[in-house]
Amino acid sequence: MDFLDPLLLARWQFGLTTLYHYLFVPLTLGMALTVAIFQTVWHRTGNVKWLHLTQLFGKIFLINFAMGVVTGIVQEFQFGMNWSSYSRFVGDIFGAPLAFEGLLAFFFEATFIGLWIFGWDRLPRRLHLASIWAVAFGSTLSAYFILAANAFMQNPVGYTINAEAGRVELTDFWAVLTNPVVLAAFPHTLFAAFMFAGAVVIAVSAWHLSRGQHIETMRSSLKYGLWFTIITFGLTALSGDQLSLVMVDTQPMKMAAAEALWHTACGADASFSLFSIGTPDGTAEVWSLRVPYLLSFLSTHSFDGCVEGLHDLQVLYEQQFGAGFDYMPIIWVTYWSFRWMIGLGAASTLIAVAGLWVTRKSAKRPVAPWMWKIAIWAAPLPLLGSLVGWVFTEMGRQPWIVFSLMLTEDGVSPSVPGWTVLISLIAFTLIYAALAVVEFGLILKAAQKGPAPLPEPGSPEADAPSPTSTTVY
Amino acid sequence: MDLAYLWFFIVGILFVGYFVLDGFDFGVGMSLPFLGKDEVSRRQVINTIGPVWDLNETWVIVAGACLFAAFPEWYATLFSGFYLALLVILLALIARGVSFEYRHQRDSLKWKRGFDRMIFWGSVLPALLWGVAVGNIVQGVPLDADHEFTGSLLTLLNPYGLWVGVTTLLLFWLHGVYFIGLKTDGQVHDDAQSLAKKLAVPTVVFAAGTVIWTVMIAAGREAPLLWAVIACGVIAALALLASVALNRADRDGKAFASGAVTIVFAVLTLWLALFPFVMPSSPDLANSLTIENASSTDLTLQIMSWAALIFLPLVLLYQGWTYWVFRKRVTRSRMEEAEAAPAH
Repeated sequence: MDFLDPLLLARWQFGLTTLYHYLFVPLTLGMALTVAIFQTVWHRTGNVKWLHLTQLFGKIFLINFAMGVVTGIVQEFQFGMNWSSYSRFVGDIFGAPLAFEGLLAFFFEATFIGLWIFGWDRLPRRLHLASIWAVAFGSTLSAYFILAANAFMQNPVGYTINAEAGRVELTDFWAVLTNPVVLAAFPHTLFAAFMFAGAVVIAVSAWHLSRGQHIETMRSSLKYGLWFTIITFGLTALSGDQLSLVMVDTQPMKMAAAEALWHTACGADASFSLFSIGTPDGTAEVWSLRVPYLLSFLSTHSFDGCVEGLHDLQVLYEQQFGAGFDYMPIIWVTYWSFRWMIGLGAASTLIAVAGLWVTRKSAKRPVAPWMWKIAIWAAPLPLLGSLVGWVFTEMGRQPWIVFSLMLTEDGVSPSVPGWTVLISLIAFTLIYAALAVVEFGLILKAAQKGPAPLPEPGSPEADAPSPTSTTVY
Repeated sequence: MDLAYLWFFIVGILFVGYFVLDGFDFGVGMSLPFLGKDEVSRRQVINTIGPVWDLNETWVIVAGACLFAAFPEWYATLFSGFYLALLVILLALIARGVSFEYRHQRDSLKWKRGFDRMIFWGSVLPALLWGVAVGNIVQGVPLDADHEFTGSLLTLLNPYGLWVGVTTLLLFWLHGVYFIGLKTDGQVHDDAQSLAKKLAVPTVVFAAGTVIWTVMIAAGREAPLLWAVIACGVIAALALLASVALNRADRDGKAFASGAVTIVFAVLTLWLALFPFVMPSSPDLANSLTIENASSTDLTLQIMSWAALIFLPLVLLYQGWTYWVFRKRVTRSRMEEAEAAPAH
């Protein structure tokens, strides 16, 4: 293996920096909404515990937000730096959603977050509340445009090929923005992100409750977190189901790879394996636990539906795009990432349902310490689920960088030598690793410090809580 | 008018916005070791840009995205060709950005000094390297027939590129020092005024050199907008001299405004010297990228024009309002209160 292969290194760098960036995106999306909800409840009820929750989770949100922004710049620059041939090929279409994201969403989000952080005592209360909603709206809109750009890579639409210029050219921007893939992937990504925010709220609340501190405040946030996670899981599952229908339609090879389905199968034969032991290279199966009909139902919403197999698709693609090339993604990666994505999300929800049961009003017994521990340690599950979900989505697209139009190996920058990419790969790995430690430490510290104590009943503070802006560097 | 030409100017305006706004951020960061003599004054210096550095930095993301969308060929050649320089800028921006957020998270001087150093270097390197990058774009770099960059990092470190780099470094620094003068009181304010006086002479010398050198390059390429290049260069020079005089006359606000005008016209000088190229190829001008051959299709540019036309004024409006909300000076007494308050 050539360790200075620019293609290999550029792929590793893209995968690494993208997954790292995505450590921060879900919490930004989900926590912006959560903080906005908490602040709204405070605004409506005047109950100071909601103000304390706004401040506590607002702080966690901000520590996380900074990382999302700085790692996001890397993402944008990287297309030109490492993937210049790809950028030349798709720029006419792919660049536009990115520009829209910047002009419409990102400016908006960044401006109002500054107003929210520093505006506690300078803006009228309603306007201050509106600014956190603006942040939540802006980050959601950002996600939409980015996913629309990504959807073009999964399922190119609204284009024509200009062979002379060697690029795809836009014919229908509306088609790009309403790509069936983005319409399904946007809610799926968003709800999965919300789940993680819910899990973090649960974990922080559980940590304090298990120590018997801030009981009243933390019970409220625990309840919120439990419901929020359960509801958003339901929505994630529903949208995921829609997404898999679209996937079968647009990227059949990806669906076949998700199930490691080698030969086209229909009805009962199109079974979904809950678990399977295969040969190490994933080419054959040794043993598996299968649910008949499930795959055909998931893929087509019909028990008699047919799902195309990898070998048959390979034959088809060789006819379409040229023989002598392996059009399959790495099967063991797609197979396992698909299962882990679903499993991690489901596990986190089961824990939330159990949490709702043991903390219900009629439950008189105190919650056992090991239960609190589970709630705390379960926090990263939805995030891990989202990350392997992205591994599945992007690895399942291989060997294409733009499905059916451009191979990944053709997208890399021809003028950037391997050692240059190696330097940047090492630099990003080191700085990202160091920042991850600092960031995690800071969030942990903020979470453990917890909310402000509630004022004594009858004291002046209890009647007229006043937030103070103490955010200074 | 051909929309590609319009987008040459819109992208230019976005970079003007970026360099004016993040420019004074960089200057504030560079001033930290010079003006922040104790913890309170350091807080005072950093808090001048606290609410705005993040939204200032978003300008480069938007400018980059619009460059990608409007001129994919330019974006691809530039970003792959200037790989290592951009890598250093990225690492610096990452270090600087997280430092603003993280330095106040712990009540330890050692912790804070570490992030202060990152703020300093995270400001110096981009201020220098953005100038080097823009200088090289204007001067031209070797491109082959496929518009691929054929030089190395050393190609970029040529006399003109470095000269423009030092110029942007000094201009941003001076601009930042004016901003600190405008936004603070007490010792920091007075120190800022005298630091600006010391910076004035080298800045004027380098800026004058850049203007003359740039005009010569543009004249050598028979730039169609040579008169405009000269006009912008002269305005930039006059604004710079005016800012120096205003600073000496204790007019903080006007000195800063004048500094901003300097940067606007300095960037325009470079941008117009480039016209109608976007990446001239140095040994063989025939391999150059021009506004015509680097741009997206008309449909893409039309859609983006509508978005820019509607949303850029809105952006200016709400960002301007943000500056209005945070218009008060960052006073020493307020920072002392904050210092005395428990860590949060």
